Amino acid sequence: MLDCTPKNIMERSGGVINPAKTCQPIGAIYAALGIHRCLPHSHGSQGCCSYHRSHLTRHFREPVFASTSSFTEGASVFGGSANLKTAIKNVFTIYDPDVMAVHTTCLSETIGDDIPTIIKGAEVPEGKLVIHANTPSYQGSHITGFSNMVKGMVSYLSRATLETKKDQANIIPGFVNPGDMREIKRLAGAMGIDFIMFPDTSGVMDSPMTGELTMFPRGGARVEDIADAGNSRITLALGSYASSDAARVLDRKCGVSELVLKTPIGIRATDEFLMAIRQTFTKKVPYALEEERGQLVDIMTDTHYHFHGKRVALFGDPDVVIGMTEFLLGLGMEPVHVLTGTPGGAIGATVGDFEKEVREMLEAAGVKARVKAGGDLFQLQQWIKNEPVDLLIGNTYGKYIARAEDIPFVRVGFPVLDRSCHSYFPIVGYRGAMRLVEMISGALLDRADRDAAEEDFELVM
Amino acid sequence: MRQVAIYGKGGIGKSTTTQNTVAALAESGKKIMVVGCDPKADSTRLLLHGLNQKTVLDTLRDEGEDIDLGDILIEGYGGTRCVESGGPEPGVGCAGRGIITSINMLESLGAYEDELDYVFYDVLGDVVCGGFAMPIREGKAKEIYIVASGELMALYAANNICKGIQKFAVTGEVRLGGIICNSRNVDNEFELMKAFAEELGSQLIHFLPRDNIVQRAEINKKTVIDFEPGAGQADEYRKLSRNIDGNQMFVIPKPMVQDRLEELMMEYGILN
Repeated sequence: MLDCTPKNIMERSGGVINPAKTCQPIGAIYAALGIHRCLPHSHGSQGCCSYHRSHLTRHFREPVFASTSSFTEGASVFGGSANLKTAIKNVFTIYDPDVMAVHTTCLSETIGDDIPTIIKGAEVPEGKLVIHANTPSYQGSHITGFSNMVKGMVSYLSRATLETKKDQANIIPGFVNPGDMREIKRLAGAMGIDFIMFPDTSGVMDSPMTGELTMFPRGGARVEDIADAGNSRITLALGSYASSDAARVLDRKCGVSELVLKTPIGIRATDEFLMAIRQTFTKKVPYALEEERGQLVDIMTDTHYHFHGKRVALFGDPDVVIGMTEFLLGLGMEPVHVLTGTPGGAIGATVGDFEKEVREMLEAAGVKARVKAGGDLFQLQQWIKNEPVDLLIGNTYGKYIARAEDIPFVRVGFPVLDRSCHSYFPIVGYRGAMRLVEMISGALLDRADRDAAEEDFELVM
Repeated sequence: MRQVAIYGKGGIGKSTTTQNTVAALAESGKKIMVVGCDPKADSTRLLLHGLNQKTVLDTLRDEGEDIDLGDILIEGYGGTRCVESGGPEPGVGCAGRGIITSINMLESLGAYEDELDYVFYDVLGDVVCGGFAMPIREGKAKEIYIVASGELMALYAANNICKGIQKFAVTGEVRLGGIICNSRNVDNEFELMKAFAEELGSQLIHFLPRDNIVQRAEINKKTVIDFEPGAGQADEYRKLSRNIDGNQMFVIPKPMVQDRLEELMMEYGILN
C-alpha cells in the first residue's frame, strides 16, 4: 500500500503526508469527557462534531456524546453567537448535563467568535456550568486541544478558598487511556495520599455494560473536586505537552505549586512519580509497590535477550513517546527513529521541547537517532527505508508502514482503531511497564517464530 | 497598565493621532507599547522613522512558530515599544484571524509586562469582524477612543463602532473614553462634534485643529512632537495625551439611529 514511498529523502517545506496527529477538538472532547456529567459541545459545523465523536468511539469502543452549534452559511457570516446561545438553552433543557464544555473549531476561530462574551450573555440554568476552550486545529494537535480544555477547567472552576493549602495533590494524567488513569489513581491511592485527578475518563470511556444506555456514566472528575483543586498543595502534571499549561494556570491563579513530570511509563518515570509523592507528603512507599517494581526488574532481567539491542522506530503523541523512549532505553533497546506529529512550541502554549528532551536521553544512552517534532509518517517510513529497524511502535496508522517494510508492530498510543481491550489496560506504572514488555517481547518472538527455519523452530525461547 | 484601543473610519487619521499622542505620553515619561492592528502595517511608521519593522505575521510565515519577542518588538521614539501585527495582502486570506493570532502570540511571548503604563491598539477602520474586535475582547483594552471628524461618513462610522462597543460592554468591562475630533475644517465642527459625543453619552476628549505641519512631519517620517517639539500642533497632541491620561469618564455608549444622526448633522452642519 505504501510501496511507492521513495527511499531518497528530499527536503519538503510544505505539505504533510500521512499526518501523525489529529484535530485539537478531539483532545478537547476527550478531556471534557473526564468531567462527571459533562457534555462536550462543538462550536462549529456539524461535520467536525461527527468526525471527532466517531474517531473517539473507534478507539474506545464506547459511545461518545457531544452536541454541536450546527453552523450554516448564516452563522459563518454573522457569527455563531445566536447558535451557541440556543444550543446552551437546548442542551440543558433536553440532555441536562451539569457542565457543558464548549470548544471551538477552525471555522468559529477564524470568524473570531468571542466565546466568553457569548457564554456570559447566555441563559445558563441555576447550578449549571458552561466552560470553554479555544481549539483551532491549525495550531498544535489533539494534544494541544486536550491541554487547552484542561486549562479551561481550572480557569473556570478551580478556586483558592482556604488560607492554608490542604494536604492533597492534584494529578493531571495527560492524554492517556482510562486504563492508565485507573492505574495512576491506584498508585497514588497506594501511597496513601488524598488527591484529585482531573480529567478522569475512567468510568466514562471504559464504563461497564449495565443493560441501560446512559449519557452520563458514573465516572469522571467531580466539579466540586476540580474547584477544590485550587486548595491543593501541589499539582503533579504528568506529561508537559498535555498537562503543564493547566498546572501553570493553577499556580498563577490559586498559588498551587506545580511539578511537571514525565508520563509515568517505565521504571524510572514511575519511580519519579512515586518519589515526588513520597517527598511532598512524607509517605513511605508501601511494600506492595516495591514488590511490583521488583517483579518488573525480574522480568526485565529474565527476558532481556528478547529485546536487548533491538532497533526501534517509535512515533505517537509527545508525552507518551518521551516516556516510551526512556523506557526503551532502560530495556537496552535502541530507539533510532523517534517522531511525533505534534509541533513544538505552538502559539499560546508554553510546553516543553520534544526534540531536545528526546535527544538528551538518547545522547546520554549513546544511541544515534533521528528525532523530529511536527513530522509525518511518510518521513518515518523514509527513515526506516534508510535505516531499517527490528520493531515499530506507534498508533494504528503505523500498520501500513509495518506491512510495507515487513517489520513487527506494537500498538501503543492514540488512536488504536484495529484492536480492542487496549484502553482498559495501562501502559503506565510498573504494571503498565510489564504489559509493554509482554507486548514488545511477544511481537519480536512471534516474528522470530515466523522466520525460523524448521530446524531452528524453538519450543523454549 | 491601561490598555487603550483607537477606532475610527479608514483614513480619518487614527494612526497619526495615535502615534502623536503616544509620543506626547512618552515625552512625559510613560512606558508604552503600540500594537498596530492593520494589515497595512503603518501604525508605527512615525515612531520608528519609517516602515522598517517586520510584522508578527510575516515573521510567523517566514520563520515558523518559534519566535522571539525581540524579532517583533522594536523600540521607537521615546522608548515606545512597537509591534505591527500585519496581515495578508488585499484580496486574500483573513486579516481578522491575523489580529487574533498576533495578539495571542504577544501574550504568550510575555509582551505585556507589568511595568508598562499603556498599551495602545491602533485598529483598522471599522469593527468589521470578530478579529477586529479582538483588542476589546477578553478584558484586553478596556477603554476606547474613536477618532472622527465633522463629516457624515466619519460620524456614521463612529456611531457604528459604538454599536460594537455597546455589545461588548454589556458583558465585559470595555468602555468608551471619548471622541477625538481630527478636524477637517467642516463648518461648525466643534459644536457638532461636542453635541455628537454628548448624544452618545460620552465626551469630546479633544478637538485637534487641522495643521499642515502634521503632513510635513509625516513626510519626514516623524511625529510632530519629534519633528518640531515647539510647534503649536505638538501642544495640541500634548493636551490630548493629558486629557486621556487624566480621563475619568468611561461610559457604555448609546448609539443613535440613522435618522437621529442625520438630524444632528442638519442641526449643526447646514442650518447654521
